[in-house]
Amino acid sequence: MRGRTAPPLSPVGKPGVAMVDPSLLFEQLLNGVQLGILLFLLASGLTLVFGIMDLMNLAHGSLYMIGAYVAAKVTILANSFLLGVAVALPATLLLGVALELLVFRRLYARGHLDQVLATFGMILFFNELVRLIWGPAGVSVPLPEILRGHIDLFGLPYPTYRVLVILVGLGVAAFLYWLVVKTRVGMLIRAGASRREMVGALGVDVARLFTIVFGIGAALAALAGVMAGPIFSVTVGMGESVLILTLVVIVVGGIGSIRGAFVGALLIGVTETMGRAFLSEIFLLFMSRDGANTAGPAVASMLVYIIMAVVLVFRPQGLFPARTG
Amino acid sequence: MRVAPSTVFVALLLVAFAALPVYTVSFEQPFYLALVRRIMILAIAALGLNLIMGYGGLISMGHAAFIGIGGYTVGILAHHDVTSAGIQWPLALAFAAAVALVFGLISLRTRGVYFIMITLALAQMMFFLGVSLEAYGGDDGLPVLSRSDFGGAIDLGDDVTFYYFVYALLLACFWLMSRLVNSRFGMVIRGIRSNEARMQAIGFATLRYQLTAFVLAGMMAGLAGALLANHTDFINPEMAHWTRSAELLVMVLLGGMGSIAGPIVGAAALLLLEELLAGITEYWALILGPIMIVIVLFARNGLLGMIDRWSGRDG
Repeated sequence: MRGRTAPPLSPVGKPGVAMVDPSLLFEQLLNGVQLGILLFLLASGLTLVFGIMDLMNLAHGSLYMIGAYVAAKVTILANSFLLGVAVALPATLLLGVALELLVFRRLYARGHLDQVLATFGMILFFNELVRLIWGPAGVSVPLPEILRGHIDLFGLPYPTYRVLVILVGLGVAAFLYWLVVKTRVGMLIRAGASRREMVGALGVDVARLFTIVFGIGAALAALAGVMAGPIFSVTVGMGESVLILTLVVIVVGGIGSIRGAFVGALLIGVTETMGRAFLSEIFLLFMSRDGANTAGPAVASMLVYIIMAVVLVFRPQGLFPARTG
Repeated sequence: MRVAPSTVFVALLLVAFAALPVYTVSFEQPFYLALVRRIMILAIAALGLNLIMGYGGLISMGHAAFIGIGGYTVGILAHHDVTSAGIQWPLALAFAAAVALVFGLISLRTRGVYFIMITLALAQMMFFLGVSLEAYGGDDGLPVLSRSDFGGAIDLGDDVTFYYFVYALLLACFWLMSRLVNSRFGMVIRGIRSNEARMQAIGFATLRYQLTAFVLAGMMAGLAGALLANHTDFINPEMAHWTRSAELLVMVLLGGMGSIAGPIVGAAALLLLEELLAGITEYWALILGPIMIVIVLFARNGLLGMIDRWSGRDG
């Protein structure tokens, strides 16, 4: 149960550079957006599960980790990143559905405390299981040749793979928007998020709806894990640090709201990345070098939690509350 | 008067704690002494958490932050050669209380799941503060080279003395809790859990009561932190890690939320189970995780509730 400190989730800029050059600013902004995209993939599933089933699922990060591991191992074995992705997504989706049927289903009617503790037990289990199967060492995921290069973005060479991550994320966001706003399942999901009992009373098979939503959430978490693999290394416990950021995202965005998850994820992703990259230099403007180099990273790592506290104090339901009235 | 079997069990457990040094000293088993000392230290923190969670209905997912504050206060002072307990301990409690006051004021604006999240977020801030304190070891933490000095009255360097010191503090906290829970204050806290609006309508300033309970619980965790820094001779940010907070929640739930002694039983059960499983396999969490899920799903009212139910069936 001893937690491990995972490395910071955003690429850290070198502190101490006196002048902030605009291309660096742009690059870090893109990195922030890309972290935001990953957070959105996790948050969109989690916020639906939260909003519709009223389930606080700490084990969402475990699905992210398992998705990343399966993809990494298949990629290395088969020497094909595409195959890794193609195996990891359905595998994690099936695992998510199985967990829903076995455990989560029994937790919906329980209080949040029971949910927190049962899913915490699940985190322990999956972390240890991954350690048992694949060993304690981290795995780095090789990218196919075509994704290793750089793309010229307004004069800035930016890694092709990271561009792809951003594009895929935006594509998923658009797909989710279509799914939730334009389809019948989406209508039921929205109805479930705002008036759960009424949806059941109208004769909708709520149990099946829950399983579907949970499966979608698991697949999205796996996609985030798969895409994070080549950027951050794949390690046991990678799910927890990202889980807590994800929880921050959905609380800031408003529980149950996909739109809130999107805005919240970008806000948190950019803040986290920019804070780590530039806060020391901003502090340098009115502090000694020693002071800035100490206070910068300290405040940077607390920044997203400060945002969350401020949002909760002024808008206790988040920026885009799903349950209105 | 009929005594509940769970009360007998708690009494036996406390007697066993008291008698343990006799066994460990005569059979030279210092390991168990350290283990039970650790159990009792974490039980002190869990007792406080039970006040706000079991009786107040407020699920704090960041209680370990106050353990960290207590531990860091003692550790940092010791690092600067301030070892006098007369300075260390009041400061540790004061810092824990001050931070709990601020955190309480922020988090008590929310309820339910938002309260869980915001306490988690605030505790994460404390964790990262510890990580970024490069002067005090940052990520790696800091050894505490000398234990708190009580001016010769109590020698924490002696393991058995330290053990009984923790034991006495545990009993004191236990006593305090049992008085508190059944006092007018405790009744108000429990009343707020059942129906906050009604308590306000009757005329209680509910925030003030909840805040007091939150600060009190924070101070008890701070005390546990000060003890823990001495116990491990070491401080690090892990003391305030969110998994430690979750562990405290497990202890309270495992022992039985509705009872004053629950956290003591829960702390003992969880840590002994961990030790037991760690003795069997390196991958002990693989077994502990599912056990926790099963306990949550099937054991309502925790271990103490189970004891009463089983013996009720027999009698």
